[in-house]
Amino acid sequence: MELLSFGDNGWGDELFLATLMTIAVSIAAMAIGFLFALIFTPLKLSKKKSLNIIGNCYTTIIRGVPELLVIYLLFFGGTGAAMYVASIFGYDGYIEINAFITGALAIGIISGAYSTEVFRGAILSIDKGQFEASKVLGIKKNIQFYKIILPQMLRLSIPNLSNVWQITLKDTSLISVTGLVEIMRQSYIAAGSTRDPLFFYSVAAVLYLMLTFLSMKLINKLEIKYSKGY
Amino acid sequence: MISIFPNLLSGAVITLQLLVSSMFFGLIIGLIFAILRINKNPIINKFAYGYSYFFRGTPLLVQLYLIYYGLANIELLRNSFFWAIIKEPYWCAIIAFSLNTGAYTSEILRSAFQTIKKGYIEAAQSLGVTKKITFYRIQLPIAIKQSLPAYGNEIILMLKGTSLASVITIMDLMGEARKVNVLTFKPFEAFITAGIIYLFITFIIHNIIKYLEKKYGFQT
Repeated sequence: MELLSFGDNGWGDELFLATLMTIAVSIAAMAIGFLFALIFTPLKLSKKKSLNIIGNCYTTIIRGVPELLVIYLLFFGGTGAAMYVASIFGYDGYIEINAFITGALAIGIISGAYSTEVFRGAILSIDKGQFEASKVLGIKKNIQFYKIILPQMLRLSIPNLSNVWQITLKDTSLISVTGLVEIMRQSYIAAGSTRDPLFFYSVAAVLYLMLTFLSMKLINKLEIKYSKGY
Repeated sequence: MISIFPNLLSGAVITLQLLVSSMFFGLIIGLIFAILRINKNPIINKFAYGYSYFFRGTPLLVQLYLIYYGLANIELLRNSFFWAIIKEPYWCAIIAFSLNTGAYTSEILRSAFQTIKKGYIEAAQSLGVTKKITFYRIQLPIAIKQSLPAYGNEIILMLKGTSLASVITIMDLMGEARKVNVLTFKPFEAFITAGIIYLFITFIIHNIIKYLEKKYGFQT
């Protein structure tokens, strides 16, 4: 147990900070995923064939390719791409992209694909009469979306978004391969320097279980709060 | 791009091997735990629930590290016959993947068991069919048919999961792509080619499941 004490002798404080880092990356990734979903959901539902294909390509490719691949591509490819862009503007130095940003972006792209599917399902399950009624009332297309469809869509997608959140939270463990110090990376370091991998990976497992358990409780509360009226 | 293709394909073979063997063991584990989950005894029930909660609530990477690095810490295991298995990263990966997919499969099958209409079982009972035969001839086939779509998703998730094997030194598709990246400094070529192969495998699995669903799908 003294291995987990706070201060110089134990790994408690390091693991605590790492847990905060995991939460931060997950929230950032979820937010980025939301942005992606808000862009790609209309494309997926669009009646135009070309826009439709773009939306479908995004979700199919991201959901069919390992998460690790997206992370590696951004991590190794991102630096090269950034340096190439910088060289056009006349800067030839070495650019290192922050591991947090790459990680959050990579996981965000992945969680965005899942959120897109969730939003699409939610919009499709909204009663057709709502669209027709607002059309009859002469409400403009974008006001219809923001004031009528979006609120209902968000409410309907809370249960499925909680699944996406769980997937995102667990996917952040993969960022450890790029060196960002979150739970997984910190336990790897701790396990390496104390030669007690069994203990530290068990601690990591417990931390993840705690995070999933607590977030489930929180989301359940939200779900009850926003399912009023049904 | 063409020159790296043979390397990646040899990796893809390992990926498929990992996938098939872990799906096989995972199905057995999942079936056992699904049966335990619908058991009425609270201790057995809780145990099966705990198993699936742990493996679904923690990242696959943690489970893989726990088995690959963690189990070697236990003196008892190191001196036993199991050491021959646990010291190989390949078998560690298969154990971790099987336990993980087993947990998800048990949930899929459990929900399938619970959605079987009571009328089927009652009908079997009133016809004097024994409990054992009801289970093997009526409940099990219906549950398997009902869970086909969800199980197809699980296979694809597991295919993506096998890429983690590259982290513990196995040269699967992902591992080969990483090697190509390190040797040639061409991340885009390496990872995009690997991505295309992964997509191709996903596509094939997806279509096989679709075909099976059409052929054996169960409408209630």
